[in-house]
Amino acid sequence: MSNKLAELLAPYEGEKGALIPILQKVQGEFGYLSDKAIHEIAHFMGTSESEIFGVATFYAQFRFTPRGKHVVKVCLGTSCYVRGATQIMEAMEQKLGIKSGETTSDLEFSLESVACFGCCALSPIIVVDDTVYSKITAEKAKQIVSSYE
Amino acid sequence: MKFEEIQNRAETEWEALEHSEKPRILVGAATCGRSAGALNVLQTINEELARRSIDAIVMQVGCIGICYLEPLVDIIKPGYPRICYSSITPEIVPELIEDYLIKDNPRPDLALGTIGDGEVEGIPKFFDLPMLKAQVRIILRNCGTINPEDINHYIAQGGYSGFARAMEMSPEEVIEEIKKSGLRGRGGAGFPTGLKWEFCRKSPGSEKYLVCNADEGDPGAFMNRSVLEGDPHSILEGMLIAAYAIEATHGYIYCRAEYPLALERLNIALAKMKEYGLLGENILGSGFDFDLEIKEGAGAFVCGEETALMASIEGKRGMPRPRPPFPAQSGIWGKPTNINNVETLATVAAILQRGADWYTQYGTERSKGTKTFALAGKIKRTGLIEVPLGITLRDIIYDIGGGIADDKQFKAVQTGGPSGGCLSAEQLDLPVDYETLARAGSIMGSGGMVVADEDTCLVDFAKFFLTFTQAESCGKCVPCRVGTRQMLNILERITKGGGEEEDIDKLQNLAETIRDGSLCALGGTAPNPVLTTLRYFRNEYEAHIKEKRCPALVCKELVSYYILPDKCEGCMICLRNCPVGAIKGEKRMVHVIDQDKCTKCGTCLSVCPPRFHAVTKVSGEEIEVPEEPTPVASSK
Repeated sequence: MSNKLAELLAPYEGEKGALIPILQKVQGEFGYLSDKAIHEIAHFMGTSESEIFGVATFYAQFRFTPRGKHVVKVCLGTSCYVRGATQIMEAMEQKLGIKSGETTSDLEFSLESVACFGCCALSPIIVVDDTVYSKITAEKAKQIVSSYE
Repeated sequence: MKFEEIQNRAETEWEALEHSEKPRILVGAATCGRSAGALNVLQTINEELARRSIDAIVMQVGCIGICYLEPLVDIIKPGYPRICYSSITPEIVPELIEDYLIKDNPRPDLALGTIGDGEVEGIPKFFDLPMLKAQVRIILRNCGTINPEDINHYIAQGGYSGFARAMEMSPEEVIEEIKKSGLRGRGGAGFPTGLKWEFCRKSPGSEKYLVCNADEGDPGAFMNRSVLEGDPHSILEGMLIAAYAIEATHGYIYCRAEYPLALERLNIALAKMKEYGLLGENILGSGFDFDLEIKEGAGAFVCGEETALMASIEGKRGMPRPRPPFPAQSGIWGKPTNINNVETLATVAAILQRGADWYTQYGTERSKGTKTFALAGKIKRTGLIEVPLGITLRDIIYDIGGGIADDKQFKAVQTGGPSGGCLSAEQLDLPVDYETLARAGSIMGSGGMVVADEDTCLVDFAKFFLTFTQAESCGKCVPCRVGTRQMLNILERITKGGGEEEDIDKLQNLAETIRDGSLCALGGTAPNPVLTTLRYFRNEYEAHIKEKRCPALVCKELVSYYILPDKCEGCMICLRNCPVGAIKGEKRMVHVIDQDKCTKCGTCLSVCPPRFHAVTKVSGEEIEVPEEPTPVASSK
């Protein structure tokens, strides 16, 4: 097991119901859950890899492929939707040349959709990395993404 | 330390702050404020104060609810009332500081209102503003006023006195008090909170769990986020009271990972509680033990459902299971478990602080108290509001929300998120209470209220919600897993112009089967948007199916764009911007859209100069235009 991973897992030794926090921790450190990490976690928890995959694939938070350097999240919540989020997603797909859920081949950008950020009063919203941009348009969204290039 | 000592210390500190000779500046820096640029404003304020050597107290506060005018900055200058300024940008900050703090000009032109005692000429009272007048702030009592990271601020507002009072009562008396208050679950279902506690309390077992459901998953809802970020201790006090009443030993706060600021504030709050002896063993020397930990949700809407949430806490796939046994009998790790929503718990603290009799003055006979709503969508004044139950939808949308944005026509309001229903203009005078909304086919839900205007297609709207619930269906039971997929297929067909006459009946049948046959509330309520739009907006379904027409001009496959020959000046702007090269023409030639190539992206309509207004969007009709570019009429 890699030292880093062992170090992350150690505090959870013997803890009940720790699988989800473990997956969050590992993804937080490595950016995604690699096959190797899943294998190691299964070993650590004394269970099968399929068990771990079963849980991890159930939740939207977990990823199994590396993510881009910048993550563009387009909110498709109800309020954003009535204020034109669909067009913003289309503009982002066009701009980055990838579909929602994909990562550019140079690993610069990942594009994701989110169900709601809870900033509905300032919709539509996109979030790039940790910065929330409110009241945006398709044009503005393209400019925002350009500023990360 | 005794609670009186903690309280005295907090009050003394607050008094000192209130009577400080330094000006105080409060910046609304919840997630909504931050997305509008509050942190830049905060930084500029600090720089500006330093540059001018002004000694002031700058504090981050939660959201006061006027989200459409963020960022909000309040200034309390000694000798003046507190003034709330709206739409503050880093550019305005130096001006405001110079004018008000140095030159004594409170700048009424930038001010929204004064809060508290005292008046300033030219500035209205904040709580008399149309958006606030009908509001009653119990759950949001401290949001935007106190520093959420300072436990003393909360205590100085009467915080934790409800818990202290509960400790002088027996657990049964606490439950009685909650029953008397008439409080019902604010997560959406409206089950009486006192009764729920009693079931758990009476369940045998020495080990019991208490869970705060902070997995606010409804798209279009942000009530819980605001309370978590703006006043976390009110929820935690509610949890202490609930734990004492049901004799829970261990608690969880299940909060979604999409709320990083809420999680940060909760962590700070928990550390402070421990420091003050409000958590852990022998709380405040009473012999009552209770420990709390935070569980981060990993992004599954179904985990808002009680049994799914418990499975998720146990580290499993968040799938619901049949009830009985109810969580109160067999919950987390098989132990009796009580689950309450964020807002329910924040209300519990207020009820114990001020008494059930005080609380019951608000609301209706069967729906007591107040409820927060996240007003969003096509409404003028978006934000977070708190109103007494029984208020009408019209009062909320028009008096508080200011009506429809851009002076468009109201079409529908969706209450209760994807589990709720779409109500039409005819339902606007209905009072907002649990029973009335249920009779109308919707639900109270957790408080999302999204307004749609004439530009929203209700078939597409229903499809939007169903796309969400279908994707979030956990897949355990057949009616929900297969049924929502089938409904979605039909809706997709209708919005693409392939709808058949019998589709409406099929949708109705499927919806009723899913509603009645699903295991949990996700499936049980997923058909609500379709059922209500079929009930109130059937004509829109019929237009899509029979006339292949989308009245709101939303459904792409049913709309066409045309360039009007009598208006086009041949300026080439649309031609150059068309992403698929579907526009033919040249300078001073009337452009023509090749309907076969057109992807209906709408770019031509948005770039056509408003003075020409030559692009039109239609549905269900064809416009006679030349097939090839023709010269622009010479009279132009």
